[in-house]
Amino acid sequence: MTQYQEKAAVIRIERLSGDNVRLTFDCPDIAAAASPGQFVMIRVGTGNDPLLRRPFSIHQTDEDGHLQVYFKVVGRGTGMLAAVREGAEVSILGPLGRGFQVADSPACLVGGGLGMAPLLFLARKLSQLKRDRSRDTIILGGRTSSEVEPLVKDFEEFGMTVVATTDDGSYGQRGFVTAAFSSLSLPSPCTVYCCGPEPMLAGMSVLCRTRGYSCQVSVESVMACGMGACLGCSKPNRDGGYVHVCVDGPVFDAEEMAWNI
Amino acid sequence: MEYLKGDVQIPDLRVNIGPLSLANPVMTASGTFGYAREFESLLDLGRLGAIIVKGISLHPRSGNPPPRIIETASGMLNAIGLQNVGVDRFIVEKIPYLGTLGVPIIVNILGDSLDEYRHITEKLSACEVVAAIEINISCPNVKKGGVAFGADPAMAAAVTRTVRETTSVPVIVKLSPNVTDVTVIAKAVEEAGATAVSLINTLIGMAIDLKRRRPALANVCGGLSGPAIKPVALRMVYQVAQAVSIPVIGIGGIATAEDALEFMLAGATAVQIGTANFVNPRACEEVIDGIGDYVLQEKLASVREMIGALQVG
Repeated sequence: MTQYQEKAAVIRIERLSGDNVRLTFDCPDIAAAASPGQFVMIRVGTGNDPLLRRPFSIHQTDEDGHLQVYFKVVGRGTGMLAAVREGAEVSILGPLGRGFQVADSPACLVGGGLGMAPLLFLARKLSQLKRDRSRDTIILGGRTSSEVEPLVKDFEEFGMTVVATTDDGSYGQRGFVTAAFSSLSLPSPCTVYCCGPEPMLAGMSVLCRTRGYSCQVSVESVMACGMGACLGCSKPNRDGGYVHVCVDGPVFDAEEMAWNI
Repeated sequence: MEYLKGDVQIPDLRVNIGPLSLANPVMTASGTFGYAREFESLLDLGRLGAIIVKGISLHPRSGNPPPRIIETASGMLNAIGLQNVGVDRFIVEKIPYLGTLGVPIIVNILGDSLDEYRHITEKLSACEVVAAIEINISCPNVKKGGVAFGADPAMAAAVTRTVRETTSVPVIVKLSPNVTDVTVIAKAVEEAGATAVSLINTLIGMAIDLKRRRPALANVCGGLSGPAIKPVALRMVYQVAQAVSIPVIGIGGIATAEDALEFMLAGATAVQIGTANFVNPRACEEVIDGIGDYVLQEKLASVREMIGALQVG
């Protein structure tokens, strides 16, 4: 797989809610090569501190060479990236990792919090394939309205059923995405694509196994290189060994993982 | 040499590590460049002075539990735990590709015992592609290996002698900075037949997650690398270069041509680029280009004029 290191200009900055930011880059090589579920490593500064690039899932690309990331400001690195100005250039490395394996069966996309970021790219891809979309479902969940509401209309574009949940009930159904998923009657077979915090992924993995659905999970990890060189992003697997999020994932078959919850 | 107007000037960047001739002094540091193929679409591997691959042990190792890495001020800590595919799989799966690159391939080896070092060396010596062996006597992450050999002059010499007697290729000994006097170890391995020494390996460090009141790394301690360690590395290279007469290879926080040239002034014949590969996969090529530009700008006949040319006092 070919990767690129591009100097990408920031062409749009959207503050979708308090701490949640969406950036659009002019990044044609990576945008053209990317598939849903893959990620990029972005250098947030130019000096030695912070030193390492930060991993971001690819939120969306378009045919004009644009690439979007959607993230929450959680520390100094994301803070610096959120403070970038339109027209500034940042170094982006990608596309990296193994993304979602798109199946023909009806799809259920489940995103928790920032985990909904890569699902927009996946939903677009699924909508472009010649397949029946009427039985596809998207479940988007977060702690509160500001984490969910801003993205709902983007997901509604694809003609799939969208279900929203919030922990505090401020938007959509009150409760976790796992509860919303359990209450749905989904077709069988069904392929479930998940991204979100590990407890959610572990919960989805159990629910899918019980129902006989195939389940793909996108996991996250601290990373240094993003390309299989440092071996820093290990996660335990079912065989008692480790997988590396950057090259073996970030999307895994849920049955491969050993959850440490 | 005089150049006519319009001539393309090609800087002489060649250096020698004992009998090993390198097209330029820039190598990849073990453990920061995988088995090279990971980087093939991002830089021209054929331009590297040498490639040093991820440390290899006799048997595969699965490494430490996560978290294995944490960023620190201008650097990072790692406790990967020497994860690698083992020497047999390395020879079958990695060597054929490495052999196509046309640059010297140096294999970093590690072991728990002299026997283990001897066995790995025997297996690697049978591969024509292996241009040199670098012995890791200093990795601080695995409790039984590493530090015990690297911190004791007699043990460091014993490992060096074992490998030296088992192979005819150049033997580079990678020194640990986690010792009272690195020159004592350097002299011991020179005496034992090392072709060259490389330094520094990572400095043992620690980071704490205040919120969870736990160590940031599952292994508690890890190896510090990156720009943060460059001054320590420069000092040790400078000291060792004066203490031994074999070539010294400088490692520690090198990210730019200026960094590399400073190490050469301090006495390094060549350099290794490590953590910078994670941040900028093209770092090695940019350093090679930058050294070349410097050699031309300063009108040096060869980059070798820089080795140990530091003026003190």
